[in-house]
Formats: sequence, C-alpha cells, structure tokens
Amino acid sequence: MVVEALREQGVDVVFGYPGGAVLPIYDEIFQQNDIRHILVRHEQGAVHMAEGYARSTGKPGVVLVTSGPGATNAVTGLTDALMDSIPLVVLTGQVPTFMIGTDGFQEADTVGITRPCTKHNWLVKDTDKLSEVIHQAFHVATKGRPGPVLIDIPKDVQFATGEYTPMPKAKVTHYQPRVKGDMEAITRMVEMMETAERPLFYTGGGVINSGPAASQLLREFVAATGFPITSTLMGLGAYPASGENWLGMLGMHGLYEANLAMHGCDLMLNIGARFDDRITGRIADFSPNSRKVHVDIDASSLNKVIRADVPILGDVGHVLEDALRLWKARGRKLNKAGLAKWWKQINEWRAVKCLTYKNSATVIKPQYALERLEALTKGMDRYITTEVGQHQMWAAQFLGFEDPNRWMTSGGLGTMGYGLPASIGVQVAHPEALVINVAGEASWLMNMQEMGTAMQFRAPVKQFILNNERLGMVRQWQELLHGERYSQSWSESLPDFVKLAEAFGCKGIQCKDPKDLDDAIMEMIKYDGPVIFDCLVEKHENCFPMIPSGKPHNEMLLGEADTKGAIGSKGAVLV
Amino acid sequence: MSPLNIQSGSTSHSAYDLRDPHAEVIEQHTLAVVVDNESGVLARVIGLFSGRGYNIESLTVAEVDHEGHRSRITIVTRGTPQVIVQIKAQLFRMVPVHEVHDLTVDGPSVQRELALFKVAGKGDHRIEALRLAEIFRANVVDSTLESFVFEMTGTPEKIDAFAELMRPLGLREIARTGVAALSRGA
Ligand SMILES: Cc1ncc(C[n+]2csc(CCOP(=O)(O)OP(=O)(O)O)c2C)c(N)n1
Ligand SMILES: [Mg+2]
Repeated sequence: MVVEALREQGVDVVFGYPGGAVLPIYDEIFQQNDIRHILVRHEQGAVHMAEGYARSTGKPGVVLVTSGPGATNAVTGLTDALMDSIPLVVLTGQVPTFMIGTDGFQEADTVGITRPCTKHNWLVKDTDKLSEVIHQAFHVATKGRPGPVLIDIPKDVQFATGEYTPMPKAKVTHYQPRVKGDMEAITRMVEMMETAERPLFYTGGGVINSGPAASQLLREFVAATGFPITSTLMGLGAYPASGENWLGMLGMHGLYEANLAMHGCDLMLNIGARFDDRITGRIADFSPNSRKVHVDIDASSLNKVIRADVPILGDVGHVLEDALRLWKARGRKLNKAGLAKWWKQINEWRAVKCLTYKNSATVIKPQYALERLEALTKGMDRYITTEVGQHQMWAAQFLGFEDPNRWMTSGGLGTMGYGLPASIGVQVAHPEALVINVAGEASWLMNMQEMGTAMQFRAPVKQFILNNERLGMVRQWQELLHGERYSQSWSESLPDFVKLAEAFGCKGIQCKDPKDLDDAIMEMIKYDGPVIFDCLVEKHENCFPMIPSGKPHNEMLLGEADTKGAIGSKGAVLV
Repeated sequence: MSPLNIQSGSTSHSAYDLRDPHAEVIEQHTLAVVVDNESGVLARVIGLFSGRGYNIESLTVAEVDHEGHRSRITIVTRGTPQVIVQIKAQLFRMVPVHEVHDLTVDGPSVQRELALFKVAGKGDHRIEALRLAEIFRANVVDSTLESFVFEMTGTPEKIDAFAELMRPLGLREIARTGVAALSRGA
C-alpha cells in the first residue's frame, strides 16, 4: 500500500533505514524494482540526503525510518528542512496502535516531537486512510511554501490490508495556498519601479522554490530594467553570478557593494526572501530610506520582521510574470538618470574589491583553494553542497552559480553535518554530474559515516575539506568578541583523512602546498569514485567582509585592520 | 484552600506571559479559529503560541459541526498590532485551519464566559452573597449550610467584578471556561 502510493506519486528513490516498526514496508520494498532504496548509516543522513535530492531536482525527497530512535534521529533534518523550506515526505514506523501510550519498546511520541519541526504531520490509525494521507502529504509538502511533512504509521496499520485510494480520488485538503498576487499591489510595485532612483532586487530561496520559470522571469526582468540584484545565501543561482547586474550575496558575510546597496537603495524589491537577521543586521537601521516591496507565498513572512510598504502575497513566479507584463504594457518606463547615478555609486563600491585577501606562496589560503576550485570546475555540470562555518561563507563568496538548484547549503538552521549526506542525495539524483561538498573538517566529521553509503551506492561525491584544524567560525567570533580566548574551538585529534578514505575504500588526497593544488584538484575531479580531499589551509584566516551582530549594513568590517573593538557588548549577546 | 489572590482583570493572567515589556501599544483581540477536529490540532495551536512567545489570555475549544468534523477555537490574545497580524497569519497557514476571524476588528461581537464560584460563610455574609448573586443574575447550583456554588454567565469583566465582591464574603474557588464569542448580526 505504501509503496503503491509512493509509486503513484512518481517517487523513484527513498532514503531510509529499517527497524522493527517498519519491517512490513521494507518487505514491500524488497518485492519490487520501481523504487530504489538508499540505505544510509544514520537517519539524520537520510533526511539531509532527501534534502539534497529535493533541492537539486525540485521534487520532494522521501525518507523511511523506524519508530523511536529512528524518528528522533530524523528531527535535526526535519528542522533544517522546515527552516529552508525544503519539501520532504518522511515516513516513520510506530508501535502497533494498541500499544501506543504504554512506553512500548522503541515507542516515542513521534507526532508530538515533530509537530513543531514539520509543516504538518499525521498519525494514521486506519489502513483504509493510509494511501489517502500519503497523497495529501505530498500535496502539503509541495504546495505553498514547501516544507517537510511526516506520516507516523503504526505497525498493525502496515500489516492490515485496506482500501487503496488512488491519487486522483484522494481528497486533497482544503489547503490551497494562493499563488496569484493582488493586481493592485503589483501595480503599485510597478509604479515604484518606474520612478525609483536607486532600486534593488533582493532575492531569496523563494525564487528557487518557485521553479526554473521564476528564475527565468527574474533574469528577464533584471535585464530589461537594468536594476542591480543581490541575493541571500539560499537564493544563489536564481540570477547568474556572471550576470552584469549581479552584486553578489548580501548579509553578514555578504559583499560590500551588495550590503551598501541594501542600505542606500530607495526601492527594495524583496522577491522570495524573508528578512532574516543574517540579512538585516540591526533592524532599526536597516535600509532606512527605502520603500519596500515584499513578495512571499507565506503570509506570515510578510511584515514579520520588517514592515513592507507593498506586501504581495503570492508565488514569486506568478507575481514576476504579472509585474513584468504590466511594466512592459505601461511602456517600460524607468528613471534612467537616477539609475545611471546609482550604478556609478555601486561601481565605486565594487572598486573596493571587498573579497581581496592576502595570498601566500607557502600555505594554502582557503579563499585561494576555492578560487582554484571555481576556475577548474567552471562550466562543468557541477553541484555544490556545503557544511557550516567559514568554508560555507567562502564558498558562497568565491564560487559562482549560474543556475538555480545547483547550490545546497543549510541556511536557516546552520546544521553542521548537512553537506556530506546532502551531496550523496544530489549525486543519487544526478549520477553523471560532478558533486562537490565544500566542507570544514569539524562539520564533516559529524556525519562522516555516510561515506559508507556513498561507497555502497557508487555515488562519486567529492569531499573538499578545507582543513584549518579549527572550528573556524567559532574561533573567529572568539577572536573578535571574546578577547582571543579560544575556548574549545580547536579540532584536536583529527583523523588522518587519507587513511580514513582508504578505510572506506575510496580515494584520499592531501594537499598543503599551493603549488600542488591545481593538480590535486584535477586528480579529485578525474577520479571515478568518491574522494576525500584533505586541503590543509591557513589556520587563523578570518572571513570578511563581516557585519558584526547588532550593527547596520554600513558598519561593515572589511579586513583585519577594521576589527579592533568593532563589536560592542550589546552585539555580543546576539549570535 | 488559601484565599484566592485574584488581581483585578484576572483575564490578564496568561499561561504564557512572554510579552516584550518594551513593546508599543498592546491590544487585546478575540480570535475565532475554525479547525478540522483531528487529534493534535489543539496541541498544534497551543504549540504555536508557546513556541513563538505569543500570549493566550483564554482559550476554549469544542466541536461545533459533528458531520463536518469541525471545531471552533476561541482565543483571547494580547500583543502589538504587528504581533496580532503575525498570529493570524501563522494560524491561517496551518494545514487543519479553515478560517481565522478576528472578532475584535471584524465588527461588534458578543463575548461570554461561564464561571462557577464557591463561596463559604455564615450569617450576614451568606445573605449578602445571595443578594449580590441575584443582582448579578448568578444561579445557585449547589448549596450546603455553609456554602454556595454560584453559576454565572457574562463578559469576563462581569465575572471579574462578581469575584471581587465575593472575595470578602468567603470566596473559596473559581472555575472559569474562558471566552466563547460570536460576531453580532447575521
Ligand atoms: C550541529 C551544530 N553544532 C554547532 C554549531 C556551531 N558552529 C557553527 S560553525 C562551527 C565551526 C565549524 O567548523 P568547521 O566545520 O571546521 O568549519 P570552519 O568554520 O573551520 O570552516 C560551529 C561549531 C553548528 N552550526 N551546528
Ligand atoms: Mg575548520
């Protein structure tokens, strides 16, 4: 029944781990060939793989785990997917209905535990309802603002035979979020665009989630208006990094020109982003002189943090389409003189070249490693995942994304241990592509058991570890905020990554000399199988630019010289 | 049982009083939320309020449409206008939520609460309690030689007022249902 419903939903792969409470479903899986099952090494890994799969394909990722510990191990992944709006359908086993509430073996209140970290969840107590709930679950996971859903299935419900409801017959719930934006609001947005002197597109993950058509419309709109565009971490790739109007990522470690443009614009067009605190900095000083348009499919995102002058509830793709059509129909008006001045100002900011770093002939700078990785893999059919830390920010700064769905990173939750399993999920969806996880050594260790999964399923993922032997991002904050008292931010007793690779049966490469880096990267790319690349980098490099917590955009630190006393005690309580 | 320490306007006693004391104007709103009557739906709504630090002044819930499996939750909440809008948006995006009405802004509404008061005393106190109950149209639903249980329906303010008056007369316990509300007119 479960497998039948998944098949009807077009599922081709499930990431999972068996256990007593899901044995009947595993029995079904054994007896068919349509759906591939990827056996993970830890349930957290299964959820992150499904996230990688979903983010790189636009389809929901599917996970199957057992009751109790299987379900609790999935919680981090669920929370991650909720924060980053990733559609997932997670199936968990549960003790039989008559045992629920008795503290049975491997019983956990899964729907209770996962209620705040799913978009919705169900406990199915009746086999006749099971297939219908599965169809509803796919509907809820993918419609509106996407997110993870969970279905808890007691073992007796799995065993019993029941009535199968095919997909077209399933009652989809009343849950039908609106996709069309209000035309009156869209008209106001277009009017503002026609007269703005210093407009700016500020785009986010919503553009990616809306689908490739939204990215296409965005590109067309930017090209036609000539407006500058910046994006959040989650939105990278919606507009190409090589595009003329691209200012780079904004936010705490965003580019100087992007953040100053945010601060100085007079019209902010927020398309599918959510004014996260990594973006806004100090709210009171956030972009003080701009009128703000905010397009979002989730009404609760509108006016949550920043008051929008024109809130537009709707799907980004639909709203962009209507706005573009209207703007053209009204004669493609622009404030050309204002725009020219605005670009002149932006180009002055660009000339600061905020990503400049001091290179070295003897040690590999992490920025240099990423520059070389970018140069050597550019133009390839490439997907990047990351872990969380400095390396993640450098990857966002130094790698260029030309298309949506090519960049998978844990933005909202910032989950160390995301990147390795996510890279496997991406590779499963795109077997021929080059999939690289840009990792920090500490994050990577959090889910390194999944190398076993990569080996078993021949997922030739490349683990590009920027090994600074530090919890680098923590160390940077301690340097700037806590008087250089490096409390517990050293990665001690690290494994020998090359030997570790051998132990898993894959290839290990270590590189520590900048002169050898290109060859080593090429060796990694060419190897037909998983690679663990141990790139020994400068240990105390800091990630700049940086907007310290509690500071506005125009008080950005550009380099070491700027850092003395930059963060007050008020900022220190923020994270 | 110790004498009840009922602050004036006891409805501002919240189960989740996590309001930012520095926030601007605080408003009280009564929301009517129509939901699927499925297991966990109340936990979901309450979890939203506690998880995001919103207030619940009072909350009532019961099935109102047996065939359609619908329940109606009436929530009295307080917050800045921005927070109130957030609460409504957060409620409305929940999958089992069908309707969210803000009775405070939708127009005039009637709000009623039921309360039971146990008042113990003898002599003059007893007579005075009975007399006041009559004025407030409270019914006696239980009596012994030393006590009454009064039942009263009214606005939360009326119930507060009655409780104030009963306190010196031997008020021992109160049970309140929380507010149920409907908009006026058709
Ligand atoms: C699961 C989890 N625990 C703790 C943190 C806090 N944290 C953020 S970055 C970081 C250090 C990451 O170190 P590493 O992976 O080596 O990356 P680097 O910053 O050195 O590039 C830590 C501990 C987190 N984000 N996630
Ligand atoms: Mg590190």
